[in-house]
Amino acid sequence: MKLKKDDIIPVKKRRRIGGREWQWIQMSILPVLHTFIFCYCTLPGLLIAFKDYRYIDGILGSKWVGFDNFKFFVLSNDCLRLVRNTIGLNGLFIITSMIAQIALAIIFYELTSRKALKAYQTILITPHFISWVTVGYVVYALLQPQYGLINNMLATFGIEGIQFYNEPAVWPAILSFANIWKGVGMGCIIYYATLMGIDSTLFEAARVDGATKLQEIRYVTLPMLSRLIVLQLIMAIGGIFNSDFGLFYQLTRDSGVLYETTDVIDTYLYRTMRVIGDMKLSSAVGFLKSVVGFILVYLTNFIVRKYDEELSLF
Amino acid sequence: MNKKKIKISQIVINIILILMCITTLYPLLLCLGVSFSNEKDILDYGYKLIPKNFELTAYKYVFANPKSIIDAYKVTAIYSILGTFGMIFCNSLMAYPLSRRTYRFRNSLNFYFYFTCLFGGGLVPTYLLYTRYLHLDDTIWVYIIPGLVSAWNIFLIRTSFQSVPEEMVESAVLDGASEWRILLQFMIPLSKPVLATLALQTFLGKWNDWYTAMLFINDKTELISLQYLLQRIMLNMKLLEQNNTMGFVDMTIVPGETARMAMMFVVTGPALIIFPFFQKYFVKGMVVGSVKG
Repeated sequence: MKLKKDDIIPVKKRRRIGGREWQWIQMSILPVLHTFIFCYCTLPGLLIAFKDYRYIDGILGSKWVGFDNFKFFVLSNDCLRLVRNTIGLNGLFIITSMIAQIALAIIFYELTSRKALKAYQTILITPHFISWVTVGYVVYALLQPQYGLINNMLATFGIEGIQFYNEPAVWPAILSFANIWKGVGMGCIIYYATLMGIDSTLFEAARVDGATKLQEIRYVTLPMLSRLIVLQLIMAIGGIFNSDFGLFYQLTRDSGVLYETTDVIDTYLYRTMRVIGDMKLSSAVGFLKSVVGFILVYLTNFIVRKYDEELSLF
Repeated sequence: MNKKKIKISQIVINIILILMCITTLYPLLLCLGVSFSNEKDILDYGYKLIPKNFELTAYKYVFANPKSIIDAYKVTAIYSILGTFGMIFCNSLMAYPLSRRTYRFRNSLNFYFYFTCLFGGGLVPTYLLYTRYLHLDDTIWVYIIPGLVSAWNIFLIRTSFQSVPEEMVESAVLDGASEWRILLQFMIPLSKPVLATLALQTFLGKWNDWYTAMLFINDKTELISLQYLLQRIMLNMKLLEQNNTMGFVDMTIVPGETARMAMMFVVTGPALIIFPFFQKYFVKGMVVGSVKG
């Protein structure tokens, strides 16, 4: 009852901090400090985007240059390529992996044998446990131009092999495939869980009405999933500027020839900072990404909240 | 009469699933096959699932000087375990007060953490902060400390704490338990399923982390993580060769392609065997993580 009473006390009347609240404050100190240092203290670093940053001068000591860093980036050839690749590839991944996940979830749902389900699931989830570095090795084993599996197979049919690591055009497909390969077993679970929650009488009714299996999927299963699909789609769009760095970096082996179709904002940020060492350019691009990302996440979360209280971030 | 129809659809489904399983496993098994092959066979005939001549040369080559592998295993195990337990503890610490409705800073703190989900400094400010001001680079702490608190996990744990019946907390209060005691002896044990799931996910993420090492470990090669070691070997087989020229001077062909794959299994193999045992927790985490309060 004590708790309820506390709630009723009007806000205006300052409560004294009681013993219990002191303990809560004690608990809060460490995480609050940590977040202050590791999250909030990065924010002043955003100023670098507007400065001619030099290591010896530090962040505050460097000269202001206004929007020069942004201008340099926007006018360069990289800008268009990066935006195109980031939105294009991530958009492609969102759609392809979603279709694969939903399809697999439906297949799992239709499978009658529980034992077989377990076995299939275990195998299909396996790639979830390996890192992108390892996936990079696996892809290498398939695509290696001289000894790799695919060129080997092509050779037996007398077709000339493809120099995959010099051929930008094939990479969107390779990356989408690898993305599905690694993620579909895990990704389908949320759809599968939703399907398991559907009232089975709906399917019985459809069957009584003479619906075929495909009609059942089209008119019962998919509509039941539509709400979840829309939500997942909106949330994925909110993060469309965040690329899966490992996927782009490890699989392509950071090969310059492939940048045309595989370079995204995150790999560009890393490269300009660590390899080229251009802090100001990298931070200008990072600044743009942070701002656009913020607007997107905020907007999509706003939409999701309107759509469904429970599923929104906050 | 319906039975036959159902059977056909089941057969089709099973065929699709078996094909998917083959696509999933075949590339991995191919790598395994290569790692047991003779280097010359690879150069002559290409990668084959079943080795022409089964041999362990590649593994012997990798293990000829295992110091870097053992170092990497040690470092990765230490930071993964410390980082995971630290993460659970620190986030529970914050999640508990936030789960109490009478905490006066509740709303402001909620926003304080929520903001970090929306907006961050990005790569360059983070990098400069860690290296120039906090001097975390080239220490093992860079793997552990930055990840201790995460707003997302705080909110997940808070939701789980909130589902503990309020009467239980109140009776503990009446019995004179301090808030610390309620957190450590009630909330954390009662939320074990969610915490375990979260811990496993975090552990997997840390075990497979190569990015941190790539960014922040420059000179102290004994501190690089397992996956980053693997990455460096992919780009530069010489890393292994430098270590190993001793025993292999008289060999005409130094294992390259096969040793690469052997290295991959030395690094990934144990995880690949162990993690699937915890599959059901990861599956649960998928559902918990997607529906949050």
